[in-house]
Amino acid sequence: MMGRGTAVGSRSGMASDRSGYGRQRAARQRLEVISGHLGRQEASGACEGRQADDVHRNAVPRRRQDVLKWNGWGFRDSKFLFNKKGLAELTGKRYQLSGTLMPGLKDWFEGTFGANLQHRSPAVPALNPSVVPPPNLHAAFVEALKEATIPCTHEPEDRVFHSHGHCLHEIFALREGKIGRVPDLVVWPGCHADVVRIVELACQHNVCLIPYGGGTSVSSALQCPLEESRCIISVDTSQMNRILWIDEKNLTAHVEAGIIGQDLERLLREHGYCTGHEPDSMEFSSLGGWVATRASGMKKNVYGNIEDLVVHIKMVTPCGVMEKSCQGPRISAGPDIHHFILGSEGTLGVVTEVTLKIRPFPEYRKYGSVVFPSFEQGVSCLREVAKQRCAPASIRLMDNAQFHFGHALRPQTSMFMSFLDGLKKFYITKFKGFDPQRLCVATLLFEGDQNHVLNQEQQVYDIAAQFGGLAAGEDNGQRGYLLTFIIAYLRDLGMEYYVIGESFETSVPWDRVLDLCRNVKERIERECKDRGVQFPPLSTCRVTQIYDAGACVYFYFAFNYRGLSDPMRLYEQVEHSAREEILASGGSLSHHHGVGKLRKQWMQETISKVGLGMLRSVKEHLDPQNIFGNRNLL
Amino acid sequence: MDSSAQYLMLSRREDFRDILEERRTSSDLSHALKSFTRMSSRASPPCSVSTLNKTVLESQHLHYIMQEVSKDTGEPLEAIREEAAGILEEMSQNLQLGYIRFLGFILSKVFKRLFRKINVNEEGLQRLQQAMQESPVVLMPNHRSYVDFLVLSYLLFTYDLSIPVIAAGIPLMGMQLIGEILRRSGAFFIRRSIGTDKLYWAVLSEYVKTILRKDFAPVEFYVEGLRSRTLKSLPPKLGMMHMVLEPFFKGEVYDISLVPISISYDRVVEESLLAYEILGVPKPKETTMGLLKARKVMDEDYGNMHVCFGHPLSVRDLAKGKVNRKQYNLIPRDLPMKPSESIHAFANTTAHLVLRLQQDNMVLSPWSLMATILMQNLGGINLKLLTKQTVWLKWLVLDFGALVDWPVQVADSEVMSSGLSLHHSVVRCEGDQVLLAEQKPQRGAAPEEAVFRRAVAVLMCASYRNQALHVLASPAMLSVALSLAAASSRADIYNLYAFLREMFYNEFIFIPDRTGQDFEEACSLLQKCGTVQIINQNIMVTDKGLSVTSFLTAAVEPFIDAYQVIFRYICSRSVQEFTEKQFISGIRTFTLNLILTGEVKSYDVLSSETQKNALASLVRLNALTKKKREEQTYFSPNKAAIGRTADILAGKIAPQARTYSRL
Repeated sequence: MMGRGTAVGSRSGMASDRSGYGRQRAARQRLEVISGHLGRQEASGACEGRQADDVHRNAVPRRRQDVLKWNGWGFRDSKFLFNKKGLAELTGKRYQLSGTLMPGLKDWFEGTFGANLQHRSPAVPALNPSVVPPPNLHAAFVEALKEATIPCTHEPEDRVFHSHGHCLHEIFALREGKIGRVPDLVVWPGCHADVVRIVELACQHNVCLIPYGGGTSVSSALQCPLEESRCIISVDTSQMNRILWIDEKNLTAHVEAGIIGQDLERLLREHGYCTGHEPDSMEFSSLGGWVATRASGMKKNVYGNIEDLVVHIKMVTPCGVMEKSCQGPRISAGPDIHHFILGSEGTLGVVTEVTLKIRPFPEYRKYGSVVFPSFEQGVSCLREVAKQRCAPASIRLMDNAQFHFGHALRPQTSMFMSFLDGLKKFYITKFKGFDPQRLCVATLLFEGDQNHVLNQEQQVYDIAAQFGGLAAGEDNGQRGYLLTFIIAYLRDLGMEYYVIGESFETSVPWDRVLDLCRNVKERIERECKDRGVQFPPLSTCRVTQIYDAGACVYFYFAFNYRGLSDPMRLYEQVEHSAREEILASGGSLSHHHGVGKLRKQWMQETISKVGLGMLRSVKEHLDPQNIFGNRNLL
Repeated sequence: MDSSAQYLMLSRREDFRDILEERRTSSDLSHALKSFTRMSSRASPPCSVSTLNKTVLESQHLHYIMQEVSKDTGEPLEAIREEAAGILEEMSQNLQLGYIRFLGFILSKVFKRLFRKINVNEEGLQRLQQAMQESPVVLMPNHRSYVDFLVLSYLLFTYDLSIPVIAAGIPLMGMQLIGEILRRSGAFFIRRSIGTDKLYWAVLSEYVKTILRKDFAPVEFYVEGLRSRTLKSLPPKLGMMHMVLEPFFKGEVYDISLVPISISYDRVVEESLLAYEILGVPKPKETTMGLLKARKVMDEDYGNMHVCFGHPLSVRDLAKGKVNRKQYNLIPRDLPMKPSESIHAFANTTAHLVLRLQQDNMVLSPWSLMATILMQNLGGINLKLLTKQTVWLKWLVLDFGALVDWPVQVADSEVMSSGLSLHHSVVRCEGDQVLLAEQKPQRGAAPEEAVFRRAVAVLMCASYRNQALHVLASPAMLSVALSLAAASSRADIYNLYAFLREMFYNEFIFIPDRTGQDFEEACSLLQKCGTVQIINQNIMVTDKGLSVTSFLTAAVEPFIDAYQVIFRYICSRSVQEFTEKQFISGIRTFTLNLILTGEVKSYDVLSSETQKNALASLVRLNALTKKKREEQTYFSPNKAAIGRTADILAGKIAPQARTYSRL
């Protein structure tokens, strides 16, 4: 899964009690400005331009726990389970795969992990509010917030929801009903001006702010530092979710940073545009979160990563508001201050508004897939595609283990279809001599105008053929991308049966891709063995992004922890070793997940002592009181 | 505890099995034709010899070096490429199972004729098989005889394990037919003096690394570089060591297993040549005719051979905390890069560790214990006394942890006579007296001739003593330190021990940076057998321990004497600098005279090995400066420093105090 940044919800009906009816008409007019007229929101007092209708336009509400799981991934109505016949099924109606039966998953699951559907490790059924520590409220600050009519709460459910991201250890603890340090207060600013006010008050009263976007962090970035004794306030940006204007002449859009990916794309689509920024977490992660973590989207080959998409950023810091004075496409005026913000992980301030590049919605989209006899040949092909700079919007290469995993998720099909599949399998393994234990699959997604796509497709398949690749059809490709959004749900299924897992990523120069993949996978297997994991773990990888000078590699690691006394500790040790191995093999600390608190220990060796000092001095200048005290990164 | 220490503590109890037993009862032909399945289950399918060579020639690293060489020499790149292809062709092995079978058949015959038994620790082979499934394997045997060369391939074939490719000296290739047979049995050939030939180094290292990266086959090489003429371990050569370690450092393989292998002989096939070689008479050139003439060696009995496969060492384990692999992150891995200091130190320590583990798993024959006693009684010794002392020494070395091939349920007297008769070329019995078998000089020959013949006999016997010397070396250094020390304080004794260890670093092979641990170990060995008492930071020899320390001191005395003679010689010369050649011929004349006058009793000083080791020690101790000029190495002495060293060795002055790492 790609970049789980931070995300947002929208306000519920009872929420904003302060946008007076009088303003509504002006607001509606303002919404019309979206189609290109300039309309800049004054940074004064309350939020203009809000509409009660907004409520229905957002996929996630203010009270997140109404729609989202409190102790797992995604929507409450969607989860994997094994039915009475042992067939896997995704409940609900949200996803294309919802309701389809997957007969292969059980065997794969039991065979891969040595797990057994009889052995269950269920989560505690519900959050027990009495285990949530009472809030350490700063009375004067709360009072001032109320005066400013900015909604806030200290309900235990909300506080717990804002106390974590989606790291394995965070979810594992919730499933066991263990609650650690949680924010004392959750506040929902409705616009830039609200944030300015909140930060002013925080400085005045010396409380700690932790910005919260979509809550999809996987770097322990949202965890409250144990050593923080001040009142901790989670600043949930989900109510700042409007597109403020669209500039069709320059193809940019000015958007509030709390908007979540799927809402942003849906709203732009209504005007015939898209950003094309699609991290795997886009259902939940927010624009501000993307900026704060240097997120990467699946289709970056066409649209670019977040740093390529951003034209202008507005951020509220304890020193004041930081932004540039113009929207020139490139500026030579000292180091780019945007790059202090991109990847700052909530340590410097709150990103409130962002101007993004937009593109006309693509006229044509086509999936594809290629089977290679081996992972080595697959990587060589991707390298060549990068060299010829003809990469489709997305190209991903799965290793053999992931190929088998993908296979296990195939829906139940008709006799005829499985007969066809059998024929294909026969052709590839017997006729072409591919070893089923070595072959691997690349999935492709082409986007753009039809002619261009078709030419590009030809070029990519020609290159693939040079490396022994066989075209394996559009269906396989499409299914690969459908799985993108449901894969995180599968972790929750594993956790029901003593299987825990996590993914992590890196970026690495081309010539080291294979070495790194092999070394890291092997390190994981050996570390597990040395630490007494009975059944060999699932240790698998895929290449998810390609660049001129290297690639992004994504690892999945999961194992059966039944009978182990402290699985989380073991898990953390293995993940730590895996990261050491990545760094020793020439990989980076992170391609897009960020550092948070999970990978902080490696920051100095990653950017040098001097580099760390530079970042520290920025932090000290902007935030001497450490108001933004999540202690990420530094 | 670091992992090298863990490897040193692994159990050394090994059970051996004679593989010739089965060969004597079943058909050699069906053994040679047996089904052979390469037991390597790991990742990629095996590649062919031609693919391997193509990969080497097309490698980025070689390409880079060829460009460099072309620029340096002004020759066109194409010519350099051809030269590289020529080097590779000369070097490359051409491993074919058919030839292994052929060789297997011949070797079955030869081995049965030469040896009574070839004992192998099967457990070690099982560990090897396991290691082969996990990572590329480097086989690192000691090198005492030409027989070493193919015995491992023969064993691995017998046990269905991957046949290794073997680094061999180029002279072997020159042998007609044999060279080609060896090549097809997996040998690849390396020129003796590569020097600064950049292209040659590049082809060789790329070749070795490609074999490991592709896990084409296990790589076998002698870390000692040469066959040891003294039957003592030689200081390691690091060139190949660096080549086999690098794929791990650069992350090209997950891990590499180094397998120390100890091959021990009751009697070395080429024993008669050894002394001549040591004395500086050039060894016969390796020719096919020479081999045929050597056929008379086939009629002799060479007793038992032991092959002990040690515990595989994981380079990854060893490097933990010592080598930061990230140092390769910022430069393309194909570019030539001088090994950093940490890499160099690691390669050096690892090579020494392998040598030490080889030594630990050597199997001592009763004969080498006898030779050790004989060396202290060169004038002859009563058989009963010899028996008594040999048995006493057996218990001592067992206490020190050595493996001894002393037959059980056989009377000691029988063991003795069997050893003596096996080595009739070295010793003879005259009534009750056991004497060295030396050839009488011809009547009227010069007195030097007599010394020379005596030296041949003594050094032959010394070689067999040397087989057991590694067991005694560290406690012997401690014993010498105890005898030299003015007081019994632990710190003083440690200082002397450390000094001696430095002095005899190349002679007895100590692992760098383990002085403290080695000292502790030597102390506890002597304490365990009641030789010393340690009270309040004082180390004292007990009354009954005196016999042990004086025996141990006597065991290394020839070396101490030899070094003293060498120091004296260098100090006596008035020249400012000298070459190794000048030194060797000068010291020989000098010593001959001293031996003739009876002033010097040690014959070890005549050994060119000892002479070279002494030079190397002086260089290490900064008493000698080494300079390279016009392809020639010159040494210039610091006589004051050499004099001081001699005085310390004589117990006249104390060495400079050093910090004691483990007190």
